[in-house]
Amino acid sequence: MNKLLPAAVLAAAVAGVAATAPARADSIKPAILFDMGGKFDKGFNEGVYNGSQIFSKQTGIKIHEFEVQNEGQREQTLRKFAKAGDDPVLAIGFAQADGLTVVAKEYPKTKFGIIDMVVDLPNVHSFVFKEQEGSYLAGMLAAMATTTKKVGFVGGMDIPLISKFACGYVQGVKAVDPSIAVYQNMTGTTPSAWNDPVRGGELAKSQMERGADVVYAAAGATGLGVLQAVSDAGKLAIGVDSDQNYLHPGHMLTSMVKRVDVATQDFLTDAKAGKFTGGLSALGLKEGGVDVAFDKDNAAIVKPEWKAKVEAAKKDIIAGKIAVHNYMDDNKCPVS
Amino acid sequence: MEQLDQIVPLLAATIRVAVPLILAGIAGLFSERSGVVDVGLEGKMLAGAFAAAAVASITGSVWLGLLAAIGVAGVLGILHGFVCITQRGDQVVSGVAVNILISGLTMTLGLAWFEQGGQTPPLPASARFGVVVLPFSETIGQIPGIGRFYTEVLGGQNILVYPTFALVPLAWWVLGSTRFGLRIRAVGESPAAVDTAGISVVRLRYAAVLIAGALCGVAGAYISTAQGAGFVRDMTGGRGFLALAALVLGKWRPWPTLFGCLLFAALDAVAIRLQGVVLPGIGAVPVEFVQTIPYIMTIILLAGFVGRAIPPKASGLPYVKDR
Repeated sequence: MNKLLPAAVLAAAVAGVAATAPARADSIKPAILFDMGGKFDKGFNEGVYNGSQIFSKQTGIKIHEFEVQNEGQREQTLRKFAKAGDDPVLAIGFAQADGLTVVAKEYPKTKFGIIDMVVDLPNVHSFVFKEQEGSYLAGMLAAMATTTKKVGFVGGMDIPLISKFACGYVQGVKAVDPSIAVYQNMTGTTPSAWNDPVRGGELAKSQMERGADVVYAAAGATGLGVLQAVSDAGKLAIGVDSDQNYLHPGHMLTSMVKRVDVATQDFLTDAKAGKFTGGLSALGLKEGGVDVAFDKDNAAIVKPEWKAKVEAAKKDIIAGKIAVHNYMDDNKCPVS
Repeated sequence: MEQLDQIVPLLAATIRVAVPLILAGIAGLFSERSGVVDVGLEGKMLAGAFAAAAVASITGSVWLGLLAAIGVAGVLGILHGFVCITQRGDQVVSGVAVNILISGLTMTLGLAWFEQGGQTPPLPASARFGVVVLPFSETIGQIPGIGRFYTEVLGGQNILVYPTFALVPLAWWVLGSTRFGLRIRAVGESPAAVDTAGISVVRLRYAAVLIAGALCGVAGAYISTAQGAGFVRDMTGGRGFLALAALVLGKWRPWPTLFGCLLFAALDAVAIRLQGVVLPGIGAVPVEFVQTIPYIMTIILLAGFVGRAIPPKASGLPYVKDR
């Protein structure tokens, strides 16, 4: 991802000159295209929705929304938004990249945004997250909480983005204790892998049978099945994207939150103020883009010394003293 | 002892995964033996899953949820029957229509009723089917070997698991030895003969599709309120089609169909545990390969090992009285 950065910065500079069509403040017509999980997936899409709602309440601006039901609708809907004069248009999820690339070229004057993927065009602002950093902290917590020295990871669709979560998690676990085993499973290779809680539950059960007592789910709605199975078994689960601790209080070690809500708000606010630029924002711990959630639902589980260690590691990552490897840089993970 | 540690969870997982396949498989068995092809198993299961989760979440009663699932899926069975039997429509088209209709309808209703993106609210433990602990688990569990088998495979299963396994001998007995079952089979082979004997073809076929619908409803309720804890879009994930494959593999007979379902479930359980395991000389097993195993097995088995699978003679044909 970082290799793309210079190019993106350059693109942003160019865009700064080329695409400063005077955006009249207060008159934006924003639109958001949610991905297949739907805007109430208790995770990724819902985070975006919450961010957009805060913006709506503050400004009184209504937001057009659409929830994709099948793959074919992505490009079609983006085009429909642009055609109808919606501006800016925010596309949610890595899977929107192909459609957005086409439509953003067709409507060079419309401002687009995408979350979780990079589209290198002057009128697109891409938001990506350093999930490896948040997952690293989640991994540390898992390693400190496990009594069996075995922890698990259940991913959704087998794509590099999810391996990025897994890789950061493993690095965090191994940083605390290299002897801890990490079991990894992916639910599937098609988008339906985000929507199969029953299979997610089975995967979690298989990991717990092998001794895992902390399981991290990064699998959309499939993850809800993972959290359920882990909580039923009385073990500890780690949620993802939004703060999911409230789903099973007492059985949630933490949640690796991605502040997509903040990214969404920033995107909309910038567009409203006429400050839109193309380019790339990579949001990590430093930018407040990712974090692990501590709240009342996991307060009884997380020991103060664990929290202190996590806070220390967080500082070190921000200061650059700990470098967390990004799987998507080379499609490899240094540890497993 | 170490082997036992692997085999016991594997058997337990096989049974858990097999239950919806068996229910849907026996549902398909009744429908198809009466001459009505049913590719709508998936849709009816999904409707059942939604109805069960929705009602359980509103009323807090998992049994009412099960009843609702049976009711809704039963109505869909009748609808399929109306198209295929009364209107003499294309049976495959009707089944596919049910699948598409339900996939969209559950989402739409879910959005309208619960406003959670088509999901139902997560169900608390009291609104789900619980696990059965067999009597004397404490004492028998002490016995090495058999003890774990008793507590984790035979016992420790969901309450819906037991009637499901009892269903297979029941279906075998009904279709093999009762007047009703023999007539169902006759109407699937030679409806004209049944009609000549003065028995209503239409009535028998409606009874069969109703049974099929009800069983699919139970399968759906199992998925959303026993295995899962709430409804998620398209959560049946192709299990209806897998059940159909098991039915074909089992040549439209109860016991072989059960075997097919157990085979698929066992493959799935093994597949889950094979993921990421490094095999000597091959390396890590890729997810893609693991996922295709059940389908490859179906093709291999159908291609040679079980011989020809011949469907009931009148299957797929609407019955028209000679005029």
